[in-house]
Amino acid sequence: MATLSTPSPLRHTPGRRWRKARSAIGGILFYALVGMLVFALLAPFVWMIISSISPPTELASKPIHWIPEHPTLDRYRALFFGARPGEIVPIAVSKFINAMKSSLIIATATTLVCIITGTAAAYALIRLPVPKKEGFLFGMLAAQMMPIIVIIIPLYLMMQRLVLNDTWQGMILLYSGFMLPTVIWIMYGYFQTLPEELEEAAMIDGCSRVGALLRVVLPISGPGLVAISAFAFLYTWNEFFMALIFTASRTKTIPVIVTEFSTQAGIDYGLMTTAGVIGSLPPLILAFLLQRYIVAGLTSGAVKG
Amino acid sequence: MAATRRPSRRLREDRILAAVLLAPALLIIAVVTIYPLLHSFWISLHAWNLMKPKEGNPFVGLDNYINTLTDPIFLDSLRVTIIFTIAAVVIEISLAMGIALILNRKFIGRGLVRMLALLPWAVPAVVNGIMWKWILNPSYGALNGLLYSLGLIDEYVIWLGSPELALAMVVVADLWKETPFIMLLLLAALQTIPKDLYEAATVDGANVVQSFFRITLPLIQPVLFVAIALRTIWALKSFDLIYTLTAGGPSNGTSVVGYYTYIKSFVSLQLGRGAAVAYIMTLFVLILVYIYYRVLYRKVEY
Repeated sequence: MATLSTPSPLRHTPGRRWRKARSAIGGILFYALVGMLVFALLAPFVWMIISSISPPTELASKPIHWIPEHPTLDRYRALFFGARPGEIVPIAVSKFINAMKSSLIIATATTLVCIITGTAAAYALIRLPVPKKEGFLFGMLAAQMMPIIVIIIPLYLMMQRLVLNDTWQGMILLYSGFMLPTVIWIMYGYFQTLPEELEEAAMIDGCSRVGALLRVVLPISGPGLVAISAFAFLYTWNEFFMALIFTASRTKTIPVIVTEFSTQAGIDYGLMTTAGVIGSLPPLILAFLLQRYIVAGLTSGAVKG
Repeated sequence: MAATRRPSRRLREDRILAAVLLAPALLIIAVVTIYPLLHSFWISLHAWNLMKPKEGNPFVGLDNYINTLTDPIFLDSLRVTIIFTIAAVVIEISLAMGIALILNRKFIGRGLVRMLALLPWAVPAVVNGIMWKWILNPSYGALNGLLYSLGLIDEYVIWLGSPELALAMVVVADLWKETPFIMLLLLAALQTIPKDLYEAATVDGANVVQSFFRITLPLIQPVLFVAIALRTIWALKSFDLIYTLTAGGPSNGTSVVGYYTYIKSFVSLQLGRGAAVAYIMTLFVLILVYIYYRVLYRKVEY
């Protein structure tokens, strides 16, 4: 018996080895692909970081300097603390801190407005009797997709009449208006996943509807609220077109300032990449920290509706 | 009596509450989007040129639309927009699909890769534009430097120098920013497909390609559709990237409709014309949104 069974493992050994080798090659190939992907994702941004800390002579060298020999934080210092006396820099340098502040105020306030009014509206749409609900939802989606350019001229005239051009209030109003449809849409999708029985139980226990919303629904809506906050903040921080049209010396935001690093000698790429890196940090930190909620929000908001 | 009245009172209260909860959001949306949308249409029916203030703004009917549709520069920007949109959407969707299929398995570092995929999405579009402008710089850019040191080019290329090449580079910059987002959407969809479906198919003798077309594609079709629709709409609206990377040039080679509208309204200050172009563009987008909505709503129904 023993002698009879020996040929069988022998016969299978080459096959097993082959399979093992094949899976090893597959694994290497797979990780090579993943490596390429990671490189493609990171390389452009990393190059921007490297450029921001390379001294001017190395930026303008041929052949190219991949690793800076004399890294410098001079540009970061200039953007945060102003240029040294006598140093010739684009005007945007002196406006950078103000733009940071402006972006922060506008993005934070817009996020707050969107969370409060958007959550209220989404709750009404999902739980309360609203006539023509379907029309509302389509309207929200259409408003979300509408090219801003189509309304930019009337908006400009309106902002001028209301003396809201180049004010924080004006920008917060505009951004809230554009972000709310998305926020309502995502929050509507999130509320759909919550069981209605919870509120009904609370209301049978003598809670009013508003009480049920505040004490039962909101405490379990954390993930949805985090997702819409992240979206609202990111969108507002990154928005460029309206900021270009409506902000001037007082409220210019980071995306507008980033495009203004030219002097008579041409574009100062070193400072521009530095501004780009700093300007990308808030949205990047937010995206990485809230990764889980954002991906869930993307899938529930954009996919499930 | 009380029992029959109570539900109707609750309904009435609920209606009032609904109105109260909806009012702030709807008011803001109405002021910022609905009113300007109607006003914009009104403006588009008038001649309104801020460069010629003496002419006032007389009603001209559909003249602005007719003039736009017969303007060779507009038609050219329409052509650029269509080429850009088709190229960007087709390449991005196929790339994203391929990457999502590769990443759809358990492996060490999966969480990290998924996190890094958020990077291009989170970076402001303007920063993406200046970043690529620097990478593509003809004298000191990283792309020339890389290709030259690898021996792939003999002399530095002026990437944004000719209309065709510049448009291709705009697509490349757009790819970097948008593909990972679509990939995450598709990956999330792939992960909802039960593994035993594939096992059953393999037992039945199906190969990888057959499994893809018979199982994967039908099951992720709704998400794929959403991804295509969203990307198409976004691509049609492109502005930030063009503004920072090429400013529509060279010789209008990358001037998409969004950029053309901006120039008409805010550089040549022909407000009536600008509004008309924007309306034509919105019509395109709305048709797409409607199709998109029909498909979405069908899915929400069950």
